[in-house]
Amino acid sequence: MSSTTSRPRPVRWGTAARHTLLILGSATVIVPFVWMFLTSVKKRSEVFTRLWPTEWHWENYVHAWQAAPFERYYLNSIVMTVGIVVGHLVLDSLAAYAFARLRFPAKNPIFLLLLATMMVPQFVTIIPAFSLVVQLHWTDTYWALIVPRLADVFGIVLLRQYFSTIPKEIEEAARLDGCGRVRTFVQVVIPLSSASLATLAIFAMLFAWNDFLWPLLVTNGDEMRTIQIGLAAFQGRYATSWNYLMAGTLTSAIPTIVMFLIFQRALIRGVAGTGVKG
Amino acid sequence: MVATTAPTVGRSVQEPVRRSVRDRYSRREVLTAVGFLVPALVILGTFVIYPIVSGGFLSLTSWNGFGTAQQFVGLDNYARMLADHEFWNSLLVTVLYAGGVSVLSVASGLAIALLLDAPLRGLAVYRGIYFLPVVTSSVAAAIVWRYMLDSSGVLNRLLTAIGLPTVDWLNQRWTALAALTLLTVWKNLGFNAILYLTALQALPVSLTEAAQLDGATLWQRIRWMTIPLLRPMTFFVVVQALITAFQSFDLVYVLTGGGPTGGTEVLGMLMYRYAFKLGQFGYGAAIAFASLALMLGVTLVQWRATGSGESDLA
Repeated sequence: MSSTTSRPRPVRWGTAARHTLLILGSATVIVPFVWMFLTSVKKRSEVFTRLWPTEWHWENYVHAWQAAPFERYYLNSIVMTVGIVVGHLVLDSLAAYAFARLRFPAKNPIFLLLLATMMVPQFVTIIPAFSLVVQLHWTDTYWALIVPRLADVFGIVLLRQYFSTIPKEIEEAARLDGCGRVRTFVQVVIPLSSASLATLAIFAMLFAWNDFLWPLLVTNGDEMRTIQIGLAAFQGRYATSWNYLMAGTLTSAIPTIVMFLIFQRALIRGVAGTGVKG
Repeated sequence: MVATTAPTVGRSVQEPVRRSVRDRYSRREVLTAVGFLVPALVILGTFVIYPIVSGGFLSLTSWNGFGTAQQFVGLDNYARMLADHEFWNSLLVTVLYAGGVSVLSVASGLAIALLLDAPLRGLAVYRGIYFLPVVTSSVAAAIVWRYMLDSSGVLNRLLTAIGLPTVDWLNQRWTALAALTLLTVWKNLGFNAILYLTALQALPVSLTEAAQLDGATLWQRIRWMTIPLLRPMTFFVVVQALITAFQSFDLVYVLTGGGPTGGTEVLGMLMYRYAFKLGQFGYGAAIAFASLALMLGVTLVQWRATGSGESDLA
């Protein structure tokens, strides 16, 4: 990012032209969101007939939430997301530290095996994973929603990369002071890695909150549905009440959008990092 | 600590081997490592690695999803797949969709990145806006698009306003596939733009400056320097787009449900229908493995074609 500011390059084609094109692009991206919001406060007769609502019906949100157990969906999504994020932070960072710093037999083969699984699409694993969960009688429980996603290879790779950049001297100093491996990890490495742990937490949160296929398979009743599954089902039942549907859709999207607005930097740094080789 | 049960004569033979293992790994450290690794490896082993193996076995059975009666049928599922016109339709749909998504992802991502690659006021705002669909769930994105593509939706009203006939987007095979493709590109635009922007900002400035001094126009510089230099990133973006398309499920499920009459039934959707709607888990697993093989094959061909992902100039 710094290279842009430090390189004073002559602007050949006007900044105005850039802005015009960027604004046009932004419009195609943002119009659906504006549209979603405007529709969510329209009265039903105006859903397809007017661009701008004549009256603002905020109570649509209440009605939508009453038409389906959205609080329950929300609660399920929150429990699932928190569980998965905590799992990732703990399990991924432990494993990542072992791969970054500890010496043990078959370290590289195990790591390569994990890397290879990243290439495999979820369709390949989903049928056996589903039948496993059925055999464990976990369907329609938080276990099914959370446990299979507690650890994740992407997180391990991300954190391992970061842990290896921490100067060894810092850890050695801690060990000379009498810290064991575990204490060094908890009291020295973890605090130094808060930025990358935050990046991982945000990614995990996004994926967990937006996940669809797995929660769709392991939940049946309204009781255990997550917000995404509830919303998809709501769409089927209330296909004509677009104003309610938009209200529900918007509320389902708010947590990730807010998280993004708060943690934009960490998220974009993370995305940029995925494309950089080496 | 040193095991000394071996007789003195044998020691000279045994010790070097033992010592080298012991030198490389301290017992304490190995135990710590095991403790650190076990939680993650148990989860990944149970829900990722074991399912890959058992999925492979499942694709050779005619399991219906109930009980343990997994009758071994060899390659029957794969043979059935080759004779199944639904599979071929699904393959065609997936290939067209993946192709469309990759081409448009590269074009749109690169265009936005080129526009953003300058000291620009409001850069953060633009970046934020382009990223909104990335963080929005596929379900929410697809529902909004369904609303806009409705026969009396905003898109058709726009068409009417400029005097064009309306289109029943989601109820015709090719328009539904086009809508799905555009929705996917729209959703990932910010992601691809950020990837390209990162790559652009890592390029050596001296090259373009030299070209500029030699009188190369902006278009010439983009066409003959920037695009070739960005080849490794283009490779990455294309592979990402292909993987996204091959793994696509949520967007299809909500936007069209695979319809109209299979017009958007990508391989993931076909697998879902056979395994979880029709209870043919063995056949579903075979479809999943076929799509994995295809994906790996396409990635490999692409890798070869772009010269191992190396850029032309750097």
